[in-house]
Amino acid sequence: MLEIRNLHVSIGDKPILAGIDLTVRAGEVHAIMGPNGSGKSTLAQVLAGREGYTVTAGSVRYLEQDLLAMAAEQRARAGVFLAFQYPLEIPGVANVQLLRTALNSVRLQRGEPELDALDFLDTVKSKLALLGMDESFLYRAVNEGFSGGEKKRNEILQMAVLEPRLAILDETDSGLDIDALKTVASGVNALKSPQRAFILVTHYQRLLNYIVPDHVHVLAVGRIVRSGDASLALELENRGYGWAIPEAQKETRP
Amino acid sequence: MSDTEVRHSELPAPELSNPELRKRIDDEYRWGFVTDIEQEVVPKGLNEDVIRLISAKKAEPAFMLDWRLQAYRHWLTLREPTWASVHHAPIDYQAIHYYAAPKTRTQPKDLSEVDPELLRTYEKLGIPLQEREALAGVAVDAVFDSVSVATTFKDKLESLGIIFCSFSEAVQKHPELVRQYLGSVVPYTDNYFATLNSAVFTDGSFVYVPKGVRCPMELSTYFRINAKNSGQFERTLIIADEGATVSYLEGCTAPMRDENQLHAAVVELVALKDARIKYSTVQNWYPGDREGRGGIYNFVTKRGDCRGDRSHISWTQVETGSAITWKYPSCILRGDDSVGEFYSIALTNHRQQADTGTKMIHIGRNSRSTIVSKGISAGFGSNAYRGLVKVLPTAANARNHTQCDSLLMSDRCAAHTFPYIEVKNPSATVEHEATTSKIGDDQLFYLRSRGLSAEDAVNLIVNGFCKEVFKELPMEFAVEAQKLLAVSLEGAVG
Repeated sequence: MLEIRNLHVSIGDKPILAGIDLTVRAGEVHAIMGPNGSGKSTLAQVLAGREGYTVTAGSVRYLEQDLLAMAAEQRARAGVFLAFQYPLEIPGVANVQLLRTALNSVRLQRGEPELDALDFLDTVKSKLALLGMDESFLYRAVNEGFSGGEKKRNEILQMAVLEPRLAILDETDSGLDIDALKTVASGVNALKSPQRAFILVTHYQRLLNYIVPDHVHVLAVGRIVRSGDASLALELENRGYGWAIPEAQKETRP
Repeated sequence: MSDTEVRHSELPAPELSNPELRKRIDDEYRWGFVTDIEQEVVPKGLNEDVIRLISAKKAEPAFMLDWRLQAYRHWLTLREPTWASVHHAPIDYQAIHYYAAPKTRTQPKDLSEVDPELLRTYEKLGIPLQEREALAGVAVDAVFDSVSVATTFKDKLESLGIIFCSFSEAVQKHPELVRQYLGSVVPYTDNYFATLNSAVFTDGSFVYVPKGVRCPMELSTYFRINAKNSGQFERTLIIADEGATVSYLEGCTAPMRDENQLHAAVVELVALKDARIKYSTVQNWYPGDREGRGGIYNFVTKRGDCRGDRSHISWTQVETGSAITWKYPSCILRGDDSVGEFYSIALTNHRQQADTGTKMIHIGRNSRSTIVSKGISAGFGSNAYRGLVKVLPTAANARNHTQCDSLLMSDRCAAHTFPYIEVKNPSATVEHEATTSKIGDDQLFYLRSRGLSAEDAVNLIVNGFCKEVFKELPMEFAVEAQKLLAVSLEGAVG
């Protein structure tokens, strides 16, 4: 589904990613872990199409398309979803309004008819039920005055409504207490399917207690320095990132 | 966040990478066509003879001519005001035609007598004058250049005793009402532009709703400037008698021309005891081109007088057009327990300038006012909110709440806030809140990553910003206003 080859990315003159290779197949869950500043969030943002980054080398293929050539909205309509680390507030815009506009943009791309208000409400209510969320969520302004946990759950709701093929969760666990973490994780688990792939970007192992990844990758100074199965995350938890990063790469930034 | 004055934001504008967006930027003003119709035009320039001519053309009674001449003589003693936060080349008042009218044999009695070319113009503008099309229940009065061309639903309104007609017709048929109320809210000495209007106004709408009558439909006037080098000086007078209720809508457009055109209107509202007037405007005069060439100078005086106890006047405006907008729809809260409201969206894109706001003058006891102002600046646009809240010693327990928000959409635009507060009664409560924000790259990216195009993302953010004002507009008007904002903001990102 997703093939990242030798991806180099910089912001201005500063290189952030220095040759990422990663293959994600439908149905898989990948966790990308790493210390602060390793480039995890940059990778997530570049995949979603955030402007301001320069790809200096490499390629990203997504469902046989050149992902890097697509604008952010085209990627979203093609089934790429990024759950933000810091979801934005859109004052005065009801959640339901954003969800419906977004879903209809995506449906239009898929060649499906737009949903009218009533059909949409049916769809969105079934998703709320799936995630155990309250209907009042729909009528609040997007993320305005939401607690940290509510914002993250709102991201998961958007994901559930848009039904992406590739979902990237950028530090969705950060700032969540244990109950909120469980809610978010069970939401993600409910959305797992053989057609859908997940990339979980996280600093800590604890999210992976609830969402078990098929593959774990350690990112350091812009490269994947180690890959393994779920046990790698546990080992990192016990031994720290220092253990996982080869000595040669600790000092030199590419 | 800032509470007084905010100039040129420091943040960089988002890059304009979307080709679709770039294409739409070049879209021109969609109402900019000229109707080819035979016009009767009075020669350029202003003097007493021109005023006598206008008055004679309208076969006005002597009191009207006297009033006009008094206004003109007063105007000669005035100088154009310079305090507004707008800039323009000097206006040559002698280079304007003060009267332009489509040539017709006589005043049309009904739609079948109206020039079909005119009807087609209004059709192009989306204003159905044919009653069968106006099923939405909106009675329309259409003013083309200087004269009113048609008023729909007249009979139905007449059966309730409601008078809704052109100002000229009111002068003929209801001179006693005109004489009683004209200039009673905005006297001819009020200000430079109102005084000029008093001297030369050519037409406009007149509404009288009798005691206890609730007007069953929205009343609407559609203003169109067509003739070249002409000014439009319309005068609207709305009177809601005791316990009456009326909702009035006003829309306007003009052709695209390289020269600036002057529009100096006056609107007077009178609400007697327990009466209620709601006045909504969607102003879309030609704003000029991207470089600031051409466009309408919209210098308007609008004022409502809550003359009776428990009377209520509400102004809602969506200002997207004009090269320069200078207007302050105001309320004089004379009656005890009277209520004044002002809900405004003002958008300036490219080189447009707006200096707009309101005045709430509290005189009656327990009078209340609410001000919600939303300013949107894009391109090189400049947007100023200027508002006065004045509580006189008689206005015990007066209350005002003002909320004044600015949204910046580029790094070259400007937003200013000039609140004036004068409180002479210690029992009054006056609150002022102000915010300034900018549409950020992060917000746009967030929405685009959900599948929205950059245009849709901007529209969603702007609609959210304006929501409190949109909900005050009549339903169909709110939909129109949202579309208009979207069109006016095309290309605003970048």
